[in-house]
Amino acid sequence: MPLSPISSSLGLEVYKGPWTKQTTTHLLNRVLFGAKHAEIQQFLAKGLNASVTALLNPTDPLPSPPLNEYNTATVIDPTVPPGTTWVNQPTNDGTINSYRRSSLKKWLTGVMIHQDISVREKMTLFWGNHFGTEADTISFGNYVYQHHDILRKNALGNYKTMVKAVTIDPGMLRYLNGFLNSANAPDENYGRELQELYTVGKDNAVQFTESDVKAAARVLTGWRINASFNTYFDSTRHDTGSKQFSSYYNNKVITGKSGAAGAGETDELIDMLFAKEDMAKYICRRIYRWFVFYYIDATVEKNIITPLATIFKNNNFEIKPVLTALFNSAHFYDPLYIGCQIKSPIDHVIGTLRKTNVVFPNAVTDYADAYLHFNNMVGQLTSFGQNLVDPPNVAGWPAYYQSPEFGELWINADTLPKRNKFTDLMIETGYTRNGKKVIIDLIPFAKAVSSSPSNPNQLIQDLFDLLISTEIDQTIKDNLKKQILLSGQTSDYYWTEAWNSYQSNQSTVNFNLVNTRLKALVKYIMNLPDYQLS
Amino acid sequence: MKRSTFLRNSLAVLTPTVISGNPIHVLNNHSMVEPEVLANVNNDRVLVIIQLNGGNDGLNTVLPINQYGAYYNARTNIAIPEKKILGLNGFDGTGLHPSMTAMQRLFNDGQLDVVQAVGYPQPNFSHFRATDIWMSGSDSTQYLNTGWVGRFLDNNYPGFPDNYPNEVDTDPLAIQIGSITSLTCQGPIVNMGMSISDPSAFYNLFDASDQAVPNTNAGYELSFIRRISKQTNKYATRIKAASDAVKQQVTYPNSSLANQLKIVSRLIKGGLKTKIYLVNYGGFDTHAGQAVTTDTTTGSHANLLGAVSEAIGAFQNDIKNQEIEDRVIGMTYSEFGRRIKSNASGGTDHGAAAPLFLFGKNVRGGVFGENPTIPANVTVGDNVPYQYDFRTIYNSILKNWFCVKEADNQEIMLKPFGTLNLINASCAAEIKSPVFEKNTMIIAYPNPFSNQSRIEFKTEGGHTLVQLLDTSGTVIKLLVDATYSYAGINSVTLIGSDLKSGVYYIRIQNGIHQYVKTIIKL
Repeated sequence: MPLSPISSSLGLEVYKGPWTKQTTTHLLNRVLFGAKHAEIQQFLAKGLNASVTALLNPTDPLPSPPLNEYNTATVIDPTVPPGTTWVNQPTNDGTINSYRRSSLKKWLTGVMIHQDISVREKMTLFWGNHFGTEADTISFGNYVYQHHDILRKNALGNYKTMVKAVTIDPGMLRYLNGFLNSANAPDENYGRELQELYTVGKDNAVQFTESDVKAAARVLTGWRINASFNTYFDSTRHDTGSKQFSSYYNNKVITGKSGAAGAGETDELIDMLFAKEDMAKYICRRIYRWFVFYYIDATVEKNIITPLATIFKNNNFEIKPVLTALFNSAHFYDPLYIGCQIKSPIDHVIGTLRKTNVVFPNAVTDYADAYLHFNNMVGQLTSFGQNLVDPPNVAGWPAYYQSPEFGELWINADTLPKRNKFTDLMIETGYTRNGKKVIIDLIPFAKAVSSSPSNPNQLIQDLFDLLISTEIDQTIKDNLKKQILLSGQTSDYYWTEAWNSYQSNQSTVNFNLVNTRLKALVKYIMNLPDYQLS
Repeated sequence: MKRSTFLRNSLAVLTPTVISGNPIHVLNNHSMVEPEVLANVNNDRVLVIIQLNGGNDGLNTVLPINQYGAYYNARTNIAIPEKKILGLNGFDGTGLHPSMTAMQRLFNDGQLDVVQAVGYPQPNFSHFRATDIWMSGSDSTQYLNTGWVGRFLDNNYPGFPDNYPNEVDTDPLAIQIGSITSLTCQGPIVNMGMSISDPSAFYNLFDASDQAVPNTNAGYELSFIRRISKQTNKYATRIKAASDAVKQQVTYPNSSLANQLKIVSRLIKGGLKTKIYLVNYGGFDTHAGQAVTTDTTTGSHANLLGAVSEAIGAFQNDIKNQEIEDRVIGMTYSEFGRRIKSNASGGTDHGAAAPLFLFGKNVRGGVFGENPTIPANVTVGDNVPYQYDFRTIYNSILKNWFCVKEADNQEIMLKPFGTLNLINASCAAEIKSPVFEKNTMIIAYPNPFSNQSRIEFKTEGGHTLVQLLDTSGTVIKLLVDATYSYAGINSVTLIGSDLKSGVYYIRIQNGIHQYVKTIIKL
């Protein structure tokens, strides 16, 4: 057993090894919320280069926005009819806003379950964690939507553009008190996190000072939100004095400007932050931890982080070139990293639903039932420690920054049993809401996954290939076949006959024979500690 | 014994990773009498740690009545009216926020310690870093991957988790209520704590097989998951039985903190031998609108403090009824306090030192330390300088509640920090230190000074620190860091030619004595 995490000495050189089912599954599991069998087949045929290109260039339109699904006899949204979107109808009504935030969470769960086949959704979630805003604090539903819309639209775009947009985004102005930050009453909240969490970071070597926090806060004074819910710059609240930064920023002075020109100081501040080498490295470390593994030692720093940061900088902070280099690299496909990520609750829940092709009511035509089911999944995620668009604080979820445990923080004596219970219930009874059931339908699943489901050896192999990224001893697979599919018998024929009988005669008896065994088998696989890894 | 063998070994393990660069000063020929230590941690005592996330505003929690004018000037828009402040019997100069009536009752019954201005030398104003510092018990420049409770438990329960649970140690060593695992319980190798949110709802876990794992990162993580899986299985029955055994509890208020404390009480009464419970309560990051303008005794901060006070009050009632109050003490903390001066949005920004509370039948009771000095012309960057190092509090709990020997304590806390008389229990014989008054313990002459000042300080022997802090609450000069084998008066010269004119603080730390004194550079 390894006594500590292990780093690969491979770097960003392009992966030259064979393109296999395993490498394809690895790439898709990291880039999507868990890969389906059909997707693996499709990308296996494409090869490495074409796969990465396709995954980084989404072609599907952006998801259509969340709907009013919350009207009841007593709750009536005065401006938004049921079944239509609320995102363009801001309101000051606190009750309606709480329903809208909840509507957004349900909708987002549906978007992830039915995601497009590209890295866009996973990067949107990455930025959501990176900027770490809490919907509950922002309060206004439209601001929360708008904030995440900025993240989704810029997810694969230019990071500097995104930081500029986020800095004056009403959601962020509310979240970190930017809208209260004025010359007479500077509020340091955003000025601090802009440096510590969004750009240069706060690693040991990063030495920006408390006076830099104060200076940045002064630069950012004057941004307000008007009565029609838009950001504007109020020069009368802007601090027109000059702002002196520390030696960490080469003693830069941002000259105070009055009138509308004061807004330009914000751009100057962002330029100053982006000029720091620490910024590019910090962002690349976060990307690395999100897609590869949390462990970064001197070797990874030298072979991966530093060259990725150079690519980031040389491409004027475009995000796509960084991801292209990473996903094509020999390092990414080193067997050391296959299956080493502890699944986040989102990976666990959404991944389970995607991989097993669980069918939900239609999110547009049957939106009321669909949102009911999405809401159940929102609740599952929350109980596993990941409350969607409401991370615990501005740093995002601790699993992405808290050393030394990182992703291990997702798994403890509270969450592990709950995660197991979730997969058990999805298999055993499913969840029923308003008479509509969502469940892992095992026979269609077995057909979709296996080239020969009547052959118990093939079926088990195909299920493990899809669901488990670690190597499982053949004796365990043989044992599963014998104990579960063959009910203690030794001849494979018993399963083959049961399967074939059901295919020719779909009687309840035949159905139960096959289905109960498949349930027990898939439950067992999903209860393996290995299933918590991706 | 197995334990002493472990201690020798653990030094070898710990030294290179966590305490390199921090030589341990052992208190030889110490003048104060060490109470005889008979018991060790295998007593039945429990500590409940309440984390107040976000940075609690200490100055509106424990109020400096004796400087009301300066307090009011510094934070007029959120100041609590003087007559609304809750008084503390025997301590006229200090009071509590009006929403904390339950804790006022505890104080007046001798069941609450108010410890003033707790902090550390170089305060960090980032939530995340400051939280790590409190959880790990590190210096601000030191990055520790272990927690202070984790080191304590590791010291006392060698080899965990191998061979745990066993006949003697049947239960989790520490329990965190909730779905997260905190750095506080992280030991040198594994996290010594276990997280549960609902002890009655355990679910049968898959029994992980013991087959080998591959030599990859997946293998590394797989071992981790299997370990959690096994632990959960092993402890599940005990926890559920303990929880089910308690049929009656007092009525708790409806807050997440009260709900967590209710579970804690049930598990203790139900018979778990767990030593440490961790709970937390968030929302203290009050940058804006912390008090209602028209009635500053109300608003978000008042609600938070009211919830904390009511939850602790209910918990104390409950454990009294359950007849376990002899065995339990609690401690609150927050990652930092807030600025002395309020901001124009009716809130307070990130600050430095702040008061903390210890509660329970066996705390000694009273206000420890002095109200922080509030400058007459307070500026936006001014902070409360720390009087007590937070590790002195940890040290006192380990020594006087869990009866950890001084030598072990220094291993756990990584440095000597002294002990305060916070607890009244068997291994906590009151430390009979000579009485030192602040004004005779540190004398600065001249004060105000222009280039240098002679600092005369008393020590009762043992480790002694003399530091210079600026008004942001940061230590900027270390004047003395020495271990004396005798009691007496020493002096050191403060060279201040490099300092800007203004207010500074001299702080002394020597065992029980930790004082802060104002000094002015002309």
